[in-house]
Amino acid sequence: MTAYILNRVLIGLATLLLASIVVFGVMEVLPGDPAQLMLGMSGSPEALANLRAQMGLDEPIVWRYLHWIGGLLTGDFGRSYTYSSPVADLIRERLAVSLPLALMSLLLSTFIALPVGIFAAARRGRLPDTLSMGTAQLGVAVPNFWFALLLIYAFAVWLKWLPAGGFPGWNGGIWNGIKSLILPSIALALPQAAILARVTRSALLDVLGEDYIRTARAKGLPRGRVLRRHALRNAMIPVLTILGLQFAFLLAGTIIIENVFYLPGLGRLIFQAITQRDLIVVEGVVMLLVASVIVVNIMVDLAYAVVDPRLREAA
Amino acid sequence: MSLLEIEKLTLSIGNFPILRGIDLQLEKGEVMGVVGESGSGKSMTALTLMQLLPHGAQTGGRITFDGKDILHATEAEMLALRGDDIGMVFQEPMTALNPVKTIGEQVAEGIRWHTKASRADAESRAAAMLDRVGLPQSKFPLTRYPHQLSGGQRQRVVIAIACALKPKLLVADEPTTALDVVLQKQILDLLRDLVDERDMGLLLISHDLAVVAEMADHITIMRHGEVIESGETSAVLTAKAHPYTAQLAEASAHVPSNRRSIPPSALPGISPSRGDIGPSSNVQRPLGAQSHQEHIKQTSPVRTAAVQSPFSLHEGEMPGRAEGGVTLPPLLTVQSVTRDYAGRRTGLFSREKPFRAVDDVSFTVHPGQSVALVGRSGCGKSTLARMILALDRPSSGSITFDGHRLETSKDRDLRDARRNMQVVFQDPYGSFNPRHRVERLVAEPLHLLQTKPSREERRALVSKALDDVGLKPADMNKYPHEFSGGQRQRLSIARAVITRPKLIVADEPVSALDVSIRAQVLDLFAELNERLGVAYLFITHDLTVARAITDEVMVMHDGRIVERGETHAILDHPQSDAAKALVAAAPDLDRALAARAARINAAC
Amino acid sequence: MSALPAETVPPSQSFLRLALGNRSFVIGAVITLIIAGMALLSYVWTPYSATELSVLNKMKGVSAEHWFGTDHFGRDILSMIMVGARASIAVAILAVGIGIVIGVPLGCYAAATGGWVDEVLMRVNDLVFAFPALLSAIMITAIFGPGATNAIIAIGIFNIPVFARVARAGALSIWPREFILAARASGKGKVLITIEHILPNIVSLLLVQGTIQFALGILAEAGLSYLGLGTQPPMPSWGRMLFDAQTRMMAAPHLAIFPGLAIVVTVLGLNLLGDGARDILDPRLRRVR
Repeated sequence: MTAYILNRVLIGLATLLLASIVVFGVMEVLPGDPAQLMLGMSGSPEALANLRAQMGLDEPIVWRYLHWIGGLLTGDFGRSYTYSSPVADLIRERLAVSLPLALMSLLLSTFIALPVGIFAAARRGRLPDTLSMGTAQLGVAVPNFWFALLLIYAFAVWLKWLPAGGFPGWNGGIWNGIKSLILPSIALALPQAAILARVTRSALLDVLGEDYIRTARAKGLPRGRVLRRHALRNAMIPVLTILGLQFAFLLAGTIIIENVFYLPGLGRLIFQAITQRDLIVVEGVVMLLVASVIVVNIMVDLAYAVVDPRLREAA
Repeated sequence: MSLLEIEKLTLSIGNFPILRGIDLQLEKGEVMGVVGESGSGKSMTALTLMQLLPHGAQTGGRITFDGKDILHATEAEMLALRGDDIGMVFQEPMTALNPVKTIGEQVAEGIRWHTKASRADAESRAAAMLDRVGLPQSKFPLTRYPHQLSGGQRQRVVIAIACALKPKLLVADEPTTALDVVLQKQILDLLRDLVDERDMGLLLISHDLAVVAEMADHITIMRHGEVIESGETSAVLTAKAHPYTAQLAEASAHVPSNRRSIPPSALPGISPSRGDIGPSSNVQRPLGAQSHQEHIKQTSPVRTAAVQSPFSLHEGEMPGRAEGGVTLPPLLTVQSVTRDYAGRRTGLFSREKPFRAVDDVSFTVHPGQSVALVGRSGCGKSTLARMILALDRPSSGSITFDGHRLETSKDRDLRDARRNMQVVFQDPYGSFNPRHRVERLVAEPLHLLQTKPSREERRALVSKALDDVGLKPADMNKYPHEFSGGQRQRLSIARAVITRPKLIVADEPVSALDVSIRAQVLDLFAELNERLGVAYLFITHDLTVARAITDEVMVMHDGRIVERGETHAILDHPQSDAAKALVAAAPDLDRALAARAARINAAC
Repeated sequence: MSALPAETVPPSQSFLRLALGNRSFVIGAVITLIIAGMALLSYVWTPYSATELSVLNKMKGVSAEHWFGTDHFGRDILSMIMVGARASIAVAILAVGIGIVIGVPLGCYAAATGGWVDEVLMRVNDLVFAFPALLSAIMITAIFGPGATNAIIAIGIFNIPVFARVARAGALSIWPREFILAARASGKGKVLITIEHILPNIVSLLLVQGTIQFALGILAEAGLSYLGLGTQPPMPSWGRMLFDAQTRMMAAPHLAIFPGLAIVVTVLGLNLLGDGARDILDPRLRRVR
């Protein structure tokens, strides 16, 4: 078990290291001199040279990479050119919106999808199955930003229950903050929930065809109990895999959804930074997102081992 | 009143009739053997009895168990019966247990469910039951998971689950088919003991007449969803009143007819090979149409003609045996071959110690000889076969085939050797690419010819090969799924003989086939040996196969060859413990009937 | 379950028969054909010009002349959707093509070779998977310039590891089969075995994955265009139409509804097609039904 965990963590760290090299390398080869960008067209050659020296742009590339990594490890993400404030502060500020949004969506999606998937599998081929899977089929096809527009039209424009966009900040009361995240999280969660429900159902159906299900039935256990006690845990592996993958989708999805709802989150930050070539912000946010994907993957791997004893022994 | 009475049971699934009026009776403490080939409906009878049928199944007739009408029982009534009064053991122990639950949980689960016992109570009963089936707590604690157990041990767990609540009836559906003979005997003994000890009824379903003859008091023979014959076991099996019964009995102890007359011979240096091949027996060889080709063989065992033209090898020459009876160079020489597999990783930098699958094995096979490599599952025989086929490389030692060193050659240089050495696998379903037509499948080894045959030549070669194995040339346009299991095994053999190899390695070639089909395929092997002079290396755990068509047997145990000699000598007088265990465990119809008769006489 | 068809009908014909009997497949195929036909038709005919501005006609609702209404420049929405289908389909197909052409050989190679080659390829795969695909696509298109070509490349890159994984997993399940051993015993090398035996047996997996990635590609292209990073004006695209609709939605909800429906219907059709194809091609799943 420890070997398995250690192995996963080491692979994760190695992936993270490689990712940092890729991110740094890509930013390096991009056209455009950060110092030039900061100064604009007006800067004199001397001022440019000064700034470059000040920013450490004249150092050898390996040195700058190490410097950057060292900074990341100590929480120093550099300074944004456009916001002229530390990237770490920007990220902290924006995470206060994006993290609750991502968590709300993930919970929403999981709590809708698992019961629906299980329910459909238990009533395979009957009306509830057909209906819920038909809906899921449709849900998978809906682009989340279009769904967001429909939600805005229905709940903000027409019913006027919830705000159409913007974020009042957590200082204006927790409920106000949550209220402005409800529509965005639904828009993010439902298409994901549709996928997850389909995967849950088909994973369960696969497992229900296994020999050991027949063994359990031959013991005299009723169907429902067999489903809960024997099938569910075995069906969790593919479900966990998809959950892990969806986390990455959710992160990327926030970029578009935060744009639709004008939410000041990480997604909007990185989108604006990209269009304004504020590369130091882009680097920092991308590394953060990549790290969180990798952490989630490690957690999924650990969850596999909890579910399946065979994995605990294999390294 | 009988414990179980089945009357005129019919079953159809989606308008497809499966059972057409089955009658069967089973008394308390009695063993009823249900025998039939695949598709006879024997497993479906068991599932009907448990009411675990697939969706869309329609039943008719009557099943009475312990006074209860099963076919009209509610699901709640069935839940109370299943696992409590009726236990069931399945064929495939590797998949019958839930991989994510401990064996303790799985045995205790049924106990808790039916008796409402506390967890601790149920667990101590589970422990006692596991102990009874031969898995003592000291070595197999309740916290073990299925993957930590071997196939035989898992089947014991399944039996423990089925018998935990002392059921009145145990249904065992091919409980030993997936196990080797030694394990099979252990499991059957266990079932026998449990029946005697608890006065259970046992419904033993099997395709193997010998197994049933050893175990069952009464026997029911099924075919195509109908009962062919039933009655007291020895009476039915000695009288063989119904032709199908006779056919099954004949097939299960089958020896190909064209081998029976062959006396053992003494080739110098090795144990007997084909008896009709000796200095003076040249003329008697069943060469048939081939005799005009003999001059080719006078000079060299290497068939140069075959290399140049694909057609020449179809004119039926005898592969490499110098005529005249002097000492022959062996066709295959295996010298001190060892194969180690790296141990499983236990940590980041630590591994278990390597597993030695094959340990210092040496032997030779001479041209035209038919040798069996016999051993229990996991003894290393299949690993050895792969190395001989140059699909795997030995860790040390050497393999020489037909003058080629296999273990050091590159794939490219193995062509000559490969052309003269082909393979037949166990699974008639898995050994063909389902997306290709027979023509392409059977022609695959022609890839080894140096000149690519034209399309016409290829078709001619394929139709000849199909003809060799008793199929029609027109079959080459079909897909493999259009053939039955036995026919597919014929296709495998056609593929193997198309290059007229000198050696065919056959890995359990008949163990997936029904007995009657098995007999036909064994006949074919024997006939081809006779007609084409091809040598065989048969890998099997089944001694009847070895007895049927091989001259010599090698017994393998824990990676080593522990005994080698003439087939009949070894099977009749085994010397090593491993060979003795195999011989003792092998089910044998005649022996079983004799033992049964002796018991009855003793009782009188 | 009559034995007759399997006995006499070659797989190609029986595939057609099975396909016509599969509801998902038929519906999916019909939808996909309609959308593709619409895109093709738009090259020769659209009800109105999809690019010409006609201020007099702006923001018209649904009517007999303009079935789906007009936008803020007076362009006919139906015509724009027809032309927009081209970009969606082209981007998604080419991105799937990139994924297949590069990913499948890599996956097959990894499966055939094993050892460190496999390990390295799979680690690189993990690395690509660590980057949320849409995020990276946004970065690529934002930095190298918005437009359809860069969108294709950006989406295509992330299809590579997907197809590599599917191909590898499929190939690994085929390699230990006995017919592969038989082919090896016939002296066939890894390349030949991969072409003759592995690929034909994983093609159904790839086909199904292909339709899924195609559908995802349509969604991704719409997302990029919505952010202004995909297909550029004046060429209409579904995502861009939704962006334009957002600020005018209160006055004219039809602006948002029809392009969105176009995306939903297309993706739905492809997913149904993929589901149907999987049921038909995968005998293991067929047995479950």
